[in-house]
Amino acid sequence: MSFCLNFPLFLIVLSLISAVLCIILPGKAARYVALSLALLSAVLNAVILFYVYPRNISVTYLMGHYPHPWGNELRISAMEALFSSAFSAILVLCLLGGSAQLREKVQAELSPYFYVMTCLIQAALLALVYTNDVFTGYVFIEICTLSSCGILMIRKNGRTTLASVRYMIFSLVGSGLFLFGVIFLYNITGELLMPNIRAAVLTLWTSGEYKVPLLTAMCLMTLGLSIKSGLFPFHIWMADTYGTAIPGASAILSGLISKGYIFFLIKLIFDVFGVDVFYASGIHNVLFVFGVIGIIIGSVSAIRENNILRMIAFSSAAQIGYVYMGIGMSAGAGITAALFQMLTHAATKPALFLSAGTMTNAMGNAKKFRNLQGAGYVTPVAGLAFTFESFSMIGVPLTMGFMCKYLFGTAAFEAAPLKMIPTLIALSVSTILNTMYFSRTVIRIYRHPIANGHEREKTRVSYALAAVVFIVVNLFFGVFGKSFIDALGNCVTIF
Amino acid sequence: MKKFKEWLRDWDEGTFDFTIDTAAAGNEESTVSESFEKTALTDLENREFRLFSRAFPITAVILASVMIVFLLSAVMRLPAFGSPHTPPAESVTIQRYIENGLSETGAINIVAGVILDYRAFDTLGESHVLFAAAAAVFILMASARRRPESPRDQAILRDDPILRNTTKVLVPIILLFGLYVIFNGHLGPGGGFSGGSIIGGGLIMYEMSYGPTRLQRVLNLKTYKITVLVSLLFYSIAKCYSFFCGANSLHTIFGPGTPGRIFSAGLILPLNMVVGIVVSCTLYGFYALFMREQI
Repeated sequence: MSFCLNFPLFLIVLSLISAVLCIILPGKAARYVALSLALLSAVLNAVILFYVYPRNISVTYLMGHYPHPWGNELRISAMEALFSSAFSAILVLCLLGGSAQLREKVQAELSPYFYVMTCLIQAALLALVYTNDVFTGYVFIEICTLSSCGILMIRKNGRTTLASVRYMIFSLVGSGLFLFGVIFLYNITGELLMPNIRAAVLTLWTSGEYKVPLLTAMCLMTLGLSIKSGLFPFHIWMADTYGTAIPGASAILSGLISKGYIFFLIKLIFDVFGVDVFYASGIHNVLFVFGVIGIIIGSVSAIRENNILRMIAFSSAAQIGYVYMGIGMSAGAGITAALFQMLTHAATKPALFLSAGTMTNAMGNAKKFRNLQGAGYVTPVAGLAFTFESFSMIGVPLTMGFMCKYLFGTAAFEAAPLKMIPTLIALSVSTILNTMYFSRTVIRIYRHPIANGHEREKTRVSYALAAVVFIVVNLFFGVFGKSFIDALGNCVTIF
Repeated sequence: MKKFKEWLRDWDEGTFDFTIDTAAAGNEESTVSESFEKTALTDLENREFRLFSRAFPITAVILASVMIVFLLSAVMRLPAFGSPHTPPAESVTIQRYIENGLSETGAINIVAGVILDYRAFDTLGESHVLFAAAAAVFILMASARRRPESPRDQAILRDDPILRNTTKVLVPIILLFGLYVIFNGHLGPGGGFSGGSIIGGGLIMYEMSYGPTRLQRVLNLKTYKITVLVSLLFYSIAKCYSFFCGANSLHTIFGPGTPGRIFSAGLILPLNMVVGIVVSCTLYGFYALFMREQI
């Protein structure tokens, strides 16, 4: 076994260790620990990716001395390596871009705890992505839930606390339903490791035994994860949560944590329920319908919003709708589109939150549009990044957003006509609505230079670096995305 | 057309009353405002709120009933509880845990063998769940400034001889019992989670009757952090070593030993101690943070 296959174990344990270490470090040192850890994780996961992908293998890694089916396991294949590398890289950028706001808006003695939470989030995301065991997945979902509440309420503000309590209630309901699902599944299969459950589920499904508990388990686990990731109609926590938290926290939450849950759901579909059983059960149709409704409702709510952060939050709800629409469409092209949409959204939304946060901060904490007039001149880099990422959200060619919409369009033509038409309608309507609210914002921030006597702000190097990297990555995958998407499709086949 | 243009302008200006937008323009939320903004409810908001408060109970009852029927019908079709022929009871996993658990892990208590050896990765996660919970509560509750003593504190801390004398007798026994449960976790029923909660309960009881100052001589924020840090570090590093050896088929230095002796069962005893420390610290930390906003 190649040494690099040990990296996931080392990274998960190292993230847990750094989380615990950060409680005794001062804020600045904790920041360096968290940043370098995320960077290391991005690099090492990329190494795994380049080891695993050309060999086209999927390896199980024993966590302990006991083989299948007695111990815990990790599973390492190209898809897992790709997503954990991407998640870690985005975490680096979120930490870089969000640190200035963290310093300003959070009490100094609490700021190391932000990094405690981000290290825990990284450990949980890596474990969620790599795990081959349903119950391990549940444990790390819990860590994710608790630490995301932590990064939300670190801003000591009445509204933020209220919003994070609401988020916590939603999230805990989701975890509880997921746990019910695991219990049901264990009761009828007697297994916790994913490949074993899949074999047992297939036997049960073909024999028809325990059909109702099996369907219930599948529904509960899907429902739990979709509540946690904010599928319509469970998206209502998003606006308050993202609108009041510090931008770094909103970026991590929308870009990484909800994506981690969706990735785990896709993993469940492939490795636990089995693609055939899942797509025969009809649950995907429900996901499809709610995904399409979520796209429209999210965009309409975003149009009605006067607060820039809440507007981006509602646009997040719409983007999550896209992912579920893709999952609901078909196992091949639909899932590939959904996975690429997850990457796109994870690379776009954090940049939007960070730029919007920088602009509102520069304009004296103004979040309403009329107070943001001219913000593009006060903070040139943030304005530019916001504009570019808005283009990506709308789906202007040469950006990742365009590739996404293109993928959904082609996937729709392969799907059944009953799904093709709603998909195409949702795509076109949401593009128009996206254009409406993003162009409104962009026009607003570039109107009447230097309004209200605001001086031009000095751009922070860390934020500027993060923004530029976000833009470059987006352009790169927007221009050269085709071969990447083909590779992603290959990964889906061996997932 | 003219109306549409007006609407468009209003929307663009952000003055159109689509949303609940009541905060005065200049008075947006301040950076460290610790209280809620008090805003008057608009008519629209009032209407929405009345509608919501009427529709909410009905919807909730309907949804809950649907969910109950759905779940009950699924539970009725599950294998009978306690029957020897359920899929979990017949699975090879359980058989091996029961038949080989003792010889492979060295723990007489099979549960301890399962959670700390066969499925140790889950438990590593669980103990960090506790850590995350304690850290999240710290973020929520901790305040730098000392809270003035409220009448509630004085009511709790009144010099009650019955309470104090009972505590004086009980707390050492509780703590000893907790330690016994932890140290015998691999030999009989018990382990880190149960023993840790007993110790945590003992600490809370002591603080309730004697106040924080006496306990803080040994357990202040600094020692608290260092205890948690050292235990979790030990847990992570020891288990990382053991996972690494297991995955690469290397020999570990931790063998099962002689079952039945106190120093046996490889890593299970030290891990039980670590889990006990983390659980008791978390429970005590919750109490201290919620009572007086600091540890």
